[in-house]
Order: sequence, then structure tokens, then C-alpha cells
Amino acid sequence: MTKQTQFSPSRRGFLGLAAGAGVFAAAGAGRKAQAQVATSAHIVILGAGAAGAALANRLSARLDGAKITIVDGSKQHWYQPGFSLIGAGLAKADYSVSQTTDWLPSDVDYKNEYAASIDPEARKVALVNGETLSYDYLIVATGIELNYEGIEGMSKDLIGTNGIGSIYAGPDYAAKTWQAADKFTDEGGVGLFTRPNTALKCAGAPIKHTFLIDDVARRKGNASKMDITYFGHNKALFGVPIVSEKIRMIFGDRGITPEYEHYVSAIDPGAKKATFTTPDGDYDRDFDYIHIVPPQRAPKVIRESGLSWQTKQLDQGWVEVNKYSLRHERYDNVFAVGDVAGVPKGKTAASVKWQVPVVEEHLIAAIEGKTSDASYNGYTSCPMITRIGRAMLIEFDYNNNLTPSFPGIIAPLEELWISWLMKEVALKATYNAMLRGKA
Amino acid sequence: MKELTLGTLIAVFEEIFGRGLFWFMVIAAIVVTLAYIYVLVRDRTVSWHKFLWAQLSMPFGAVAAVLFVQAMTNSGFADIGGPVDVIVLLGVAAAGAIGAAILVYTLGSLIKPPKNRET
Ligand SMILES: Cc1cc2nc3c(=O)[nH]c(=O)nc-3n(C[C@H](O)[C@H](O)[C@H](O)COP(=O)(O)OP(=O)(O)OC[C@H]3O[C@@H](n4cnc5c(N)ncnc54)[C@H](O)[C@@H]3O)c2cc1C
Repeated sequence: MTKQTQFSPSRRGFLGLAAGAGVFAAAGAGRKAQAQVATSAHIVILGAGAAGAALANRLSARLDGAKITIVDGSKQHWYQPGFSLIGAGLAKADYSVSQTTDWLPSDVDYKNEYAASIDPEARKVALVNGETLSYDYLIVATGIELNYEGIEGMSKDLIGTNGIGSIYAGPDYAAKTWQAADKFTDEGGVGLFTRPNTALKCAGAPIKHTFLIDDVARRKGNASKMDITYFGHNKALFGVPIVSEKIRMIFGDRGITPEYEHYVSAIDPGAKKATFTTPDGDYDRDFDYIHIVPPQRAPKVIRESGLSWQTKQLDQGWVEVNKYSLRHERYDNVFAVGDVAGVPKGKTAASVKWQVPVVEEHLIAAIEGKTSDASYNGYTSCPMITRIGRAMLIEFDYNNNLTPSFPGIIAPLEELWISWLMKEVALKATYNAMLRGKA
Repeated sequence: MKELTLGTLIAVFEEIFGRGLFWFMVIAAIVVTLAYIYVLVRDRTVSWHKFLWAQLSMPFGAVAAVLFVQAMTNSGFADIGGPVDVIVLLGVAAAGAIGAAILVYTLGSLIKPPKNRET
């Protein structure tokens, strides 16, 4: 009976939550089973992260007879939105870890290898073990390369030591970050929270970490011992102006100092000093805790493939795709999806959820000799945690318009418990459902 | 969100609780509801005595549901940030209360069926 009273209300509770959010009003019938398309095409997907795994599942369900090969050297799959929780002591490292094979359909061919080179003219991919794959269609979903060495004196090994944290590097590093941050919030002092001078995945994550660590210090009764600064790399705190303003106001309430046009170019761990580059030149700042978000770029194999943009962000090498169709501008049998795609917004898992069906439609249309008008509008979402228990459900598109999923019900620029519940309860579940091709 | 269909929702709930537990709960909820209808039909009347007990269980169900959600999510009453949060809180509480009442009433009726001429 105790079991029943516990589960029964909770289940109803969650349904109530969903219903309260008007979800059922929006819920139609189940997705109609689409007829399968017969083909003998060979599709190679590079990367089995959020985008690669989701697309593999959807293509495998839609296509009949296709040969789908997915290439990823990592045995582990990482649920990266969990890193923010791990880095604030709210989850353990294993919260974000699963096996790559857990998410792949049985009828795709999985190569547990990294791609070493791509020749888009010859339509071939060489793997690190020397094997070569020929493809009819190539989907680039390799995600991002974190360039810690781009900051002089920095390396991943430093994370967790000398007051240095970085939740980006992986689940274990996020846990080490929490060790350093836990100590900092006990002892107090100067906390520097940074972001790189490049595009980055989940541009909200560096800000969330700032809010969470500030909140932890408050809960420990140490607010008065904290001197926290957040450094924007340009004249804004966030790429969407209305969101940037809102964050500036919350920073004001919380006593977090914003700095603009600053990014870290060097670090001296022993002396606990960071060098910031600014329009007025470089200068050093002391820290007791620093959160490093490394410069980010496309993986080397992509930068060397000739698939990158040749006119912009040359140092970062994002794949040159049409921002609406995600199809390569020069090789029409190549698509990019997820963080590696060279589009102005969209480096979040939530964007992947919107991008994957677009690539799926264009690819299937191409196989059938048709065209598709499926279009990605830049949808990007970032549950902006402002403290443990509250978040803002920020969603926007290419035009910096807010695109709330629950307009009139969940206000995007309000710090709400329901938005926190979404992040903590629904986000990982939705992500997993997406990987399985079901969301 | 994109493509918010019943299928998507079920897939998400399966991930929240795990497939087995989710469908177990769905079936448990259906069984309890059917059992409730069954005792109502069988007894052809609402037992006000049992109904009283069911009502007494409601506050406990409400509180248990709210505390359960808070415990599962690192959050508390202080995190209520706007009207929609109050609605969610009340919704969780109401669902817990109704769930507890139905459960207590049904169990009571199943365990102690009414004597032939209960007044
Ligand atoms: C700290 C943090 C917080 C975040 N918070 C959120 C959030 O709250 N909400 C949200 O929506 N998103 C969030 N994100 C972003 C989200 O995790 C990414 O946008 C998403 O994972 C992108 O999916 P992807 O498939 O492009 O890349 P990934 O999921 O990173 O997968 C890329 C895969 O490619 C593989 N790969 C790399 N190189 C090669 C190669 N040469 N050959 C073959 N395979 C290769 C990798 O091993 C990896 O498995 C966060 C990210 C971080 C780091």
C-alpha cells in the first residue's frame, strides 16, 4: 500500500504537471507510421552523440534496405546537459554516462573508431584503424572539439586543482569541478567565471554554473565572503539581447559583477592568476576559483576535410551548410547536424531535436529523387538555471525571437520552479527519447 | 517543443520512470480505477463510512505527493516563482489527494465488503 500511495500520486502528479502545462491540449494522436522508403544507398554517419544516434534511429525506421554505418571512437555516450548538475554537486558523474551501443538500432553497422580523414570529392571516409568507407550520403555529426590548449598554461589535468574548474571536459571533470567549487564556496574569495571567444555549445552553461555556485555559497551562509565576476567575451552577456538584459538584471540582484569584452588567454595555476585579453590589451587577475570554458572548434578531421566554411570563422572550421536545410553548400550529398554544423545558432541538444527531422526529410527526399521544404528555424533552447530549484525556460530562433513552447503558461523570462522541474525531470527523459528517434 | 504527440509523451514518461515501472504504474492505476468502479457497482451505493476514511486520507495524499516531487527534484516551497508554479503545486497536491482517496476507498471496500444491510 505504501508503494501504491507513493507511486500513484506521483504519477498523477507528473501527469498533472504535464496537463497543467497544457500538454494534453497540444497532444494529438501518436505519430503516424510512415511508409518505408526502399533504397540501397550507403549512408555514413560520423559521430554517435545526440545528433548521430537520433538520426541513425530515425533513418533506420524510415528506410528499407539502406546500409547505414555509424562511426564513433567513443564507447561512452555522454548526456552533456547533466554536466551542469554534476558541477554543482547535484548529481554524480555516472548521471551523464551510458554506452554508445545502448542507443543504436540493431540494423546499423557500428564502427567503434574515429574518422581520420574525409574526401568529399571521392566520397570516402578513412578511419583511424586504416579502414576506408565509401558513401552515397554523408552525415557529419562529430560535435565539438574542446581546445583547452588554446589557453596558454591550461590543460584538462588541471581541472579540480588550484581552484580551477571546467564542467565542459566530461562527467569526471565536472565532478572534479564540483570538488574545487565546493571548497571555494566553503572558504569564500574571488570567483572568476569565463567563456571563450569562439562559438560554444550551450552558451547558457557558463552562466548557469555562475548562478549555481553563487547559490551554493548563499545556502552555506557564505554570501558575504564571495566576490563573483562573470566575463562576457563581447558587449553582451548572452547572444539574444532580451535574454542578455534579463541576465544583467539578475546579476545585479545577486551581486554578481558583469565584465564585458574579456576572455582568458593564459593561466598560471601555481600563482592562481589568469590573463584576460580585452580591447585595451591583456592584464592579470587573481582568483580563488576560476571556471574555464575552453575555446571550441570543429574536430580536426572536419577542419582538414575541405567541408568547413571558407569565408567565416576560419579558425573554428564549422561545416558549410545551408542554415535552413543543413545541407552542404558545395557537396549536396553531405549534411551536418548538431554542434558541428556551421549555422548561426543551435549548439544545444534541444536544437538537435529540431534539426534531425529536417535532415531526415531532405535525405529521404534526395533518395527518392524529390525535394523537401523542411526547414530548421534556428530553434535553440537553454533552461537557464538561476539557482537550485528555479530556472528560466529560454527558447529562441535565428532572429533572436523568443519562441516559448508554452506561451502564456510558462513565461520564458521568469525564474520558475516549473522550468526547473522541466530541466531536472523531463530534459534527460526527452533527450533519451530523442536518441531513440521517438521525440 | 516539436511534435508533441501522445507517442512522444509516452516515450518521455517511459524514460523518466523506466519502461517497466511506467507501464506497471499505468496498469496499477487502471486496476485501482477498475476496482473502484467495481466496488461502486457491486455495492450499488457509496459507503459514507468508508468515504469518510477516504476523505481523511486526502490531506496525507496531497502532502505526500508534494514532498515526493520536491524530494525527487532538489527543490522546495521557496522555489515557487510565479502563478504557474502555484498551479503546479496545487495540481500535484490535488492529484495526490484524489489518488489517495480512491485508493483508500477501494481497498476498504475490497477488504471489508458491506454487510447485507449497511445503512
Ligand atoms: C556543460 C554543458 C551543458 C549543456 N547543457 C545543455 C542544456 O541544458 N540543454 C541543451 O539542449 N544542450 C545542452 N548542452 C549541449 C548539448 O550537449 C550538445 O549540443 C549536444 O550534445 C550536441 O550533439 P552532437 O551530436 O552534435 O554532439 P555530441 O553529443 O557531443 O556527439 C558528438 C560525437 O561525435 C564523436 N566524434 C568526435 N570526433 C569524431 C570523429 N573524428 N569520428 C567519429 N566520431 C567522432 C564523439 O565521440 C561524440 O560521441 C550542454 C553542453 C555542455 C558541454
